[in-house]
Amino acid sequence: MMTGADLIALLPFLILGGTPVVVMLAIAWRRHHGLTLGLTIVGLAAAFLALFGVFPRLPQQTTPLIALDSYAFFYTGLIVAASLAVAVLSYDHLKKREVIREEFYILLLLATLGSAVLAASTHFISFFLGLELLSVALYPMIAYERKSDRSTEAGIKYLILAAVSASFLIFGMALVYNSYGTMEFSGIGARFAAPGGPAVLAVVGFALIVVGIGFKLGVAPFHMWTPDIFEGAPAPVTGYVASVSKGAMFALLLRAFTQVPLPYGSRLFMIFTVIAIISMFAGNLLALFQKNVKRLLAYSSIAHLGYLLVAFLASGPLRAVAVTFYLAAYFITTLGAFGVVAVLSDHDRDADDLEDYRGLFRRSPWLTVIMTAMLLSLAGMPLTAGFLGKFYLVAAGAGSSLWMLVIVLLVNSTIGLFYYLRLIAVMFATLPEAAPSPAVPTVSAHGHLVLGVLLGLLLWLGILPAPFISFIHLLIPTAG
Amino acid sequence: MILTWLIVILLIGGLLALPAGRLGRKWPAVISLAAISADLALVLFLWAGHFIGPTSGSRWLIQYQAKWIPQLGIGFHLGVDGLSLILIILTGFLGLMAVASTWTEIKERTGFFHFNLLWCLAGVVGVFTALDLFLFYLFWELMLVPMYFIISIWGHENRYYASVKFFLFTQMSGLLMLAAILGLYFVHGQNTGHYTFDYTALLGTHFAGAMGRWLFAGFLAAFLVKLPSFFFHTWLPDAHTEAPTAGSIILAGLLLKTGAYGLLRFAVPLFPAAAHTFSTGLMAVGVLGILYGAVLAFAQTDLKRLVAYTSVSHMGFVLLGVFAWNELALQGVVVQIVCHGVSTGALFFLVGALQERLHTRDLDRMGGLWTGIPRFGGTMLFFGLASLGLPGLGNFIGEFLVLYGTYRVSVIMTAFAALGFVVATIYALWMVQRALFGQKRSDEKIIDLSLREIAASAAMVAVIVWLGFYPWPLLHTARQGLTHIRENVQMSQPAGSPATLPPNEVPKL
Repeated sequence: MMTGADLIALLPFLILGGTPVVVMLAIAWRRHHGLTLGLTIVGLAAAFLALFGVFPRLPQQTTPLIALDSYAFFYTGLIVAASLAVAVLSYDHLKKREVIREEFYILLLLATLGSAVLAASTHFISFFLGLELLSVALYPMIAYERKSDRSTEAGIKYLILAAVSASFLIFGMALVYNSYGTMEFSGIGARFAAPGGPAVLAVVGFALIVVGIGFKLGVAPFHMWTPDIFEGAPAPVTGYVASVSKGAMFALLLRAFTQVPLPYGSRLFMIFTVIAIISMFAGNLLALFQKNVKRLLAYSSIAHLGYLLVAFLASGPLRAVAVTFYLAAYFITTLGAFGVVAVLSDHDRDADDLEDYRGLFRRSPWLTVIMTAMLLSLAGMPLTAGFLGKFYLVAAGAGSSLWMLVIVLLVNSTIGLFYYLRLIAVMFATLPEAAPSPAVPTVSAHGHLVLGVLLGLLLWLGILPAPFISFIHLLIPTAG
Repeated sequence: MILTWLIVILLIGGLLALPAGRLGRKWPAVISLAAISADLALVLFLWAGHFIGPTSGSRWLIQYQAKWIPQLGIGFHLGVDGLSLILIILTGFLGLMAVASTWTEIKERTGFFHFNLLWCLAGVVGVFTALDLFLFYLFWELMLVPMYFIISIWGHENRYYASVKFFLFTQMSGLLMLAAILGLYFVHGQNTGHYTFDYTALLGTHFAGAMGRWLFAGFLAAFLVKLPSFFFHTWLPDAHTEAPTAGSIILAGLLLKTGAYGLLRFAVPLFPAAAHTFSTGLMAVGVLGILYGAVLAFAQTDLKRLVAYTSVSHMGFVLLGVFAWNELALQGVVVQIVCHGVSTGALFFLVGALQERLHTRDLDRMGGLWTGIPRFGGTMLFFGLASLGLPGLGNFIGEFLVLYGTYRVSVIMTAFAALGFVVATIYALWMVQRALFGQKRSDEKIIDLSLREIAASAAMVAVIVWLGFYPWPLLHTARQGLTHIRENVQMSQPAGSPATLPPNEVPKL
């Protein structure tokens, strides 16, 4: 029986669920791009504020499906804030293109709701619900530019692969349920850790679940879709897929494997170790050869998820904090980088060719500075959030004596520098005299605002991170 | 707080220089000049205070400590002792020389160039002042990216290859140091329950088994690559040769010195036992470097490459002196650091000036330059002689003290290292002979040093002569820092080690 207190605790999720309905009705009433964006922003902002309002009541057990605790709220906040940035960036991007614009925001809101549910889920049912809500909304978002072949192709690719991986996932869930008779993470964890070792079927089930999760995270060897979808999707959507969709899944992964033990040397541990190592190498080595900026960032995101797995595999108090800090830094950086790609794009195609960036410094120093800062953060250079993020990951790994993973991470972060620096060097290069100088990009005021805020956050986390770290310590239980 | 300002002034200067390129080509250089001069003035003021003020027994002449990321035990801790002070003065001085060299050489994207220059210098000053290992690592990385850009954007023909090689070597070794820093952090935390990156707290950490040696190796990797010692030096000739003049000056004069500083400040004091275990081997590597660098320098026809290889040789003395680890040798190391920085910086400055005029660095296409450009010739000869260790010039003092100190530890090493003097004489005189004398290769009229170049050269000549005749102020300041560094190691070293030799008086030179 739901009580009033339960409803209040669920308020952020209710707002996230209600906003798409309101937006849909508003579109039916009057088709207006600006109004739709306005409603979306209001909805997301209300959900964000509600998180703070509800926070003192946490944790609250309302349903076995989702946990209303500070962990879920932190990640929901991150997801909602990122969606807000994506919404604003999409506005300009959609305006440049000949598409039906308004419905995009409904999809965005639904995907955000799905992500939030994922981050909060403690149960296979909510896990699958959230995942499907997110995936189904992402298919049309990726294929949103119907007139573009690449976009359509990417959408269909994602649809097929996501459906296949979801079937793996659900079959794995069935096997685990068959062995343990429960679908709650905590119950599964307790049975999994029981003396006598885990049941064989359950391990097989977990392996299948890992396939499903691995696909969503885009880690090797389930990464094949990443470059194509990153390239084909409109730039703001790519940013969304790279940050929110992967981040929400990682939040779930961390929660699930805090409740299900992941002891050093166990089979699952080895599986994750292998995934982490090949993701780092595959991502970075393949990125070296990319001439397309979106593909380059796709491979780099494969590598970054591999880095994250190093901290995920660690134990001790640093684990959750390291993952959370890194994810926050990664959100900011990814959105910033794809934001620059988005604002540089014209009415016809996204600015994803390396040549689009040649001599950008002459045309737009401000965008160059932002892109440079984002790339340096991805490379883990000092004074950016990425530096401390990388430091946290290495610290978490070293603290658990995962020396091999740490060394692989360090080697890879060296490899990674090559392509980030190459892109930066291209932006600062001069154009040949004869070449016609490309147009100076025009960026709207709110586009500048979003990018400026992201840059500010990046530097804030890089230079004075103590308040944010305290905040993480407050919200994220470090014991697990 | 003054220490923070040293770094902040450079960072802000860089940010101002970036857009200033739009106002005019010279503006960024003017901003650089102003920022570096301000820094130099501040630090000279500190130095004067060190002479005038009462000599307190405290380890740091000045320090600044603030909370930064307390959750991880990271503090914003800067401190300066005699050693750091000398190196910061060197940074300011060579920074000015580097700016002087850019005046006509760098023609495009001057804003971004000076941004990189100033941020690189900020990183260097940070490295010399940081007393928190996290902060130290941060500055260590901060030096790197701007230098990569300086080489890869404004470098010569083969710049891309050189910049990538430079980057690969230094970044990878830096990351090994990061792993070692974290290892040290956790070992100390597990021993004491107090997790911190603070240098003073981490001194005297006790290691079980081979842990100390592994962590020492991590630090060593970073510092030996930067120094560079033999085996790890292959990035250096490429990077120095391809970098623009200002880049070469900063690379040779300052970035190499961060490696030496790292050994003195961090690697040995944090891991005295491990350092002691490896000391003989490392001294041998130093001797090898001295001879190898000198012989290879002799074989070069590219003037800039030649100077680069002499650096490998001279830094071999530094490695030798550091691991001889007695007062004489360490004093010699400090003098060698300063004199090598200035004299090699000057050589790169001159080679850069020559290249601007001749459009070549090939020794085979030079010759007979003296008659056309005597002012250049005289300066070149002077620094050639300084490089070979002519008595009366600063470099001699440095190398002599290192050998003197090493003699008390190992006679054989000293004997072989002294051979370096012989080879140095050959390559230096050979270089001067081929470039300045002999047959004239072209009748093209070239312009002698300009007033700006003469002023810069004169300043560097003055420093070398001053240190050659009256090195006491330098030795006095260095001693303040070195005494504390050595004290710390003596306490925890087993008897009979190099460091426990009776302390020597500084000779009255």
